[in-house]
Amino acid sequence: MSDKKTALRLAKNKVFKFIVVLFSLGSIIPLLFILLYIFKKGIGVINWKFLVGLPKPPGVTGGGIANAIVGTLMLILVASLFAIPLGVSGGVFLSEYRKSKLAYFTRLSVEILQGIPSIVIGIIAYLWVVKPMGKFSAFSGGIALGMIMLPMVVRSSEEVLKLVPRTLKEASLALGIPYHRTILRVAVPSALPGIVSGVLLGIARIAGETAPLLFTAFGNQFMNWNLFKPVNSLPLLIFNYAMSPYDEWQRAAWGASVILVIIVLLGNIISRMIVNKWKTRF
Amino acid sequence: MENAVLRTERLNAYYGESRVVKSVSISVPENKVTAIMGPSGCGKSTFIRCLNRMHELVSGAKIEGKVLLRDKDIYQMESTLVRRKVGMVFQRPNPFPTMSIYENVLAGYKLNGIRLKRSEADAIVENSLRKAAMWDEVKDYLHRRGTFLSGGQQQRLCIARSLAVKPEVVLLDEPTSALDPKATSKIEDLMEELKESVTIILVTHNVGQASRVSDYTAFLYLGELIEFGPTERVFTVPKSKKTEEYLIGKFG
Ligand SMILES: Nc1ncnc2c1ncn2[C@@H]1O[C@H](COP(=O)(O)OP(=O)(O)OP(=O)(O)O)[C@@H](O)[C@H]1O
Ligand SMILES: [Mg+2]
Repeated sequence: MSDKKTALRLAKNKVFKFIVVLFSLGSIIPLLFILLYIFKKGIGVINWKFLVGLPKPPGVTGGGIANAIVGTLMLILVASLFAIPLGVSGGVFLSEYRKSKLAYFTRLSVEILQGIPSIVIGIIAYLWVVKPMGKFSAFSGGIALGMIMLPMVVRSSEEVLKLVPRTLKEASLALGIPYHRTILRVAVPSALPGIVSGVLLGIARIAGETAPLLFTAFGNQFMNWNLFKPVNSLPLLIFNYAMSPYDEWQRAAWGASVILVIIVLLGNIISRMIVNKWKTRF
Repeated sequence: MENAVLRTERLNAYYGESRVVKSVSISVPENKVTAIMGPSGCGKSTFIRCLNRMHELVSGAKIEGKVLLRDKDIYQMESTLVRRKVGMVFQRPNPFPTMSIYENVLAGYKLNGIRLKRSEADAIVENSLRKAAMWDEVKDYLHRRGTFLSGGQQQRLCIARSLAVKPEVVLLDEPTSALDPKATSKIEDLMEELKESVTIILVTHNVGQASRVSDYTAFLYLGELIEFGPTERVFTVPKSKKTEEYLIGKFG
């Protein structure tokens, strides 16, 4: 009797486990599928020339995407210069003054900012940056992306800074180290791996944004190193090429997708590695 | 009584409205170990945190009365200067996790942006670690992280770190309560030697520890100073009934 019951329970366990495994596999499949498909379609066009060459007109083979890669890097740079200092200081503020009114409203607005559609952020950047400056530019695109990155940096910095034990800050203060130095030289360095990993995740996120760039960075057929001129970016190039009727351009779009996916994957993987390997042990 | 380095005059400490240190006046003699005993929650930590102005870091905290370091009111001095003159070691060892042993000892200088010559820095590190009785144990690992040490070693590293800035007084808040007996006795021995160069105020839960290492003992109860005097006298002929009950373990 009891044997039977046990057997039944074991069987139930097995079925349950099977279902759980099945479903978790189910959540991996879309990613695998995307990766496989993109690599299958895109890997063929990737070679050295594709990476360092410039776009060619339709019908001409052997064009490259160097201008989009450079543009994407410039956009990431501007976005980081905007979002990292602001985001980390925001995180410091939120972790230090957890219960103040200002902290409450800051946290609220950061959360709301995170939920604002990226196209809207693009419009804001257009109104605030492009219009006053009178031109589309890498700078304005970087600001738009920075606004998307900002909440991620604030949130992740806040979270990791909260994990820095109070006793550590007390140790520093008790040595006669002023408060601002304690924060900058004890708390932030202890939280640095977490902050860096948050920043990388933010970069991975914005690297693929297209919508906010449509009326800021705008896109550019040519190579441009000037921050105050329009630039191309990988997602913009993919968007334009994929919509075009030309075979070479469509293939180039797949190739660019591979590069973009690699950037995003690297951001995620390195971020993970930093958290696992260099995590501060208190 | 000998020279008093540190004196409090009718010191009161508050968290918001609640007064947890009540009109404590005490004179801490130089180059001695003064133990502060008392049951949990009686205000020992709060009291010593008033002595290096750490208490004011808690929001809503305030003090009344005076704390005099060599007759100068510490609440009229720069708080960072006070904390350099009155060092502190905490209950749980808290070396800086991103720094090596060497950097930890020098933290009081480095974090303050004070540049030292290499030879000076080496000398301070060796000296402080020797004083903390751990130079021989770690001299070959100076550039390893401090957090890889054992708990007892970490605590001695924290003592070395506070000694490195050459304080006049060191406050130890239950420095051994997170340590095993062997590490505890090492730190107790250490205090014996340290008092040659600094004045030590030791908060302890442990009556035995107070009797072993201290020259003077203060007994706090519910925020009030019940008794203060030479340890031998306090332990053999306590003036107060409360002290006697605490010593024989009736409460605490
Ligand atoms: N940050 C704080 N805010 C409000 N009340 C506090 C705070 N810290 C301590 N207290 C209260 O003040 C009183 C004294 O606390 P304190 O930590 O000084 O006691 P203690 O003698 O050091 O106790 P223990 O032996 O447990 O360390 C306690 O009643 C405690 O609840
Ligand atoms: Mg305490």
